[in-house]
Amino acid sequence: MRALDLNYMLGLVPVILGYVPLTIGMALAAMAGALVLASLMAVERVVRVPVLDLFVKLFISFFRGTPLLVQLFLFYYGLPQILPVLAGINGVTAAIIGLTLHFSAYMAESIRAAILGVDRSQWEAAKSVGMTQTQSMRRIILPQAARVAAPTLANYFIDMIKSTSLAFTLGVTEMMGATQKEAAGSFLYFEAFLVVAVLYWVIVEMLSLLQKRLELRLNKALAR
Amino acid sequence: MISILGLTKRYGTNTVLDAIDLEIAAGERVAVIGPSGTGKSTLLHCLNYLDRPDSGVIRIGDLTVDAATARPADILALRRRTAFVFQNYALFANKTARENITEALITVQRKPRDEADLRADAILREIGLSDKAEAYPAALSGGQQQRIGIGRAMALDASLMLFDEPTSSLDPQWVGEVLDLMRRVAERRQTMVIVTHEMQFAREIADRVIFMDGGRIVEQGPPAQLFDAPRDKRTESFLRRVR
Ligand SMILES: Nc1ncnc2c1ncn2[C@@H]1O[C@H](COP(=O)(O)OP(=O)(O)OP(=O)(O)O)[C@@H](O)[C@H]1O
Ligand SMILES: [Mg+2]
Repeated sequence: MRALDLNYMLGLVPVILGYVPLTIGMALAAMAGALVLASLMAVERVVRVPVLDLFVKLFISFFRGTPLLVQLFLFYYGLPQILPVLAGINGVTAAIIGLTLHFSAYMAESIRAAILGVDRSQWEAAKSVGMTQTQSMRRIILPQAARVAAPTLANYFIDMIKSTSLAFTLGVTEMMGATQKEAAGSFLYFEAFLVVAVLYWVIVEMLSLLQKRLELRLNKALAR
Repeated sequence: MISILGLTKRYGTNTVLDAIDLEIAAGERVAVIGPSGTGKSTLLHCLNYLDRPDSGVIRIGDLTVDAATARPADILALRRRTAFVFQNYALFANKTARENITEALITVQRKPRDEADLRADAILREIGLSDKAEAYPAALSGGQQQRIGIGRAMALDASLMLFDEPTSSLDPQWVGEVLDLMRRVAERRQTMVIVTHEMQFAREIADRVIFMDGGRIVEQGPPAQLFDAPRDKRTESFLRRVR
């Protein structure tokens, strides 16, 4: 066994840190997209719009039933061959869209379960004061469901951060892509990947801490 | 003037409301009593269309809603003339006490927020909970929650207020304050239908008491008559049991 090249590792940290904004940025963009899409699908799955319901079910089943890497390849390398409008799409955009679709399928199921978990009396009360179904959903049911789903959704966000590393297979130079390039130049694979692993770990731990704080505050405000 | 004609509700083959006819004068306070499972809650739910009746007509002022033809807009119009107080309070869990009162004023009646807030503060004062305006339901006692529930209903200025056993979920120590508040609402000659097991309270505030059994109105009359000189054997045996 050879000794670790600590100097190399220390030097690598700021290089990879430079790509943290791109990694977090992609995750944030995909999370925002996934939240919107997942909420829409969850609401649809609860109220069940004929025909549309079939599509949503199919969508969720497909994106949960196939690997994210396969979806990304299908989307980035495959789709442009049959849909020329997608030909110029860059890796970052493709990765964001891919992550959005993939995670929205999972998140839709969590949000749907949370909506169904809201007490029936909340619907009745909203109806009784004259609110429409849409108003009840938006102002009473969804906010309560969001609170229930929040911890799960936060976990998906953490998962999302880690999954952005797959974007390097689409030629994106994010944290993982940058590490790969550095390692290919120095041949110090172990050091390089250890550094990037620790950096992901630190980011995730920091987010978990933030998540716990937010949950505490939410629970204090709306304690049951 | 409110009239109910042939109101019928079935669950499968179980006829829970059997062609109920009922007229309620403006300002009248009606108490509904009867054994468990006889359709008292279902009657109130149907009057608010929380449960859709299978047939029958509900007329409130110039609004007529026929179960055979009722469209969503009719149902909304009916709900906007009725207010409901639930046995389990059913306050909006994600809204503060004040927001529970302003919610419908803002989203349904489209009042400006400051006007709604003023109304809510006046009601909070009336129900004695000004200091709880910013509290969430989870932080309130059962009695406080139900007073907010009544406040939320008061804010709607409904032609008809429906109470479904408003004190039945309460710990005994909170029953008094809720009944006191209802008494004050009744004193204003608010038209109300109250399903209750509090016989003494019914006797005290109701203009008319209705005894229901098996999805039908068996007997009705002024409290003194119904409680002290019931005409039907079923009423008599029910009263004997609850006393
Ligand atoms: N959603 C439902 N599905 C099937 N049956 C129902 C439903 N809701 C009520 N029922 C039945 O309708 C009947 C009347 O119920 P309802 O709740 O109106 O009685 P109630 O007079 O309010 O009784 P309680 O005093 O116990 O509250 C009961 O037999 C009940 O089982
Ligand atoms: Mg009942």
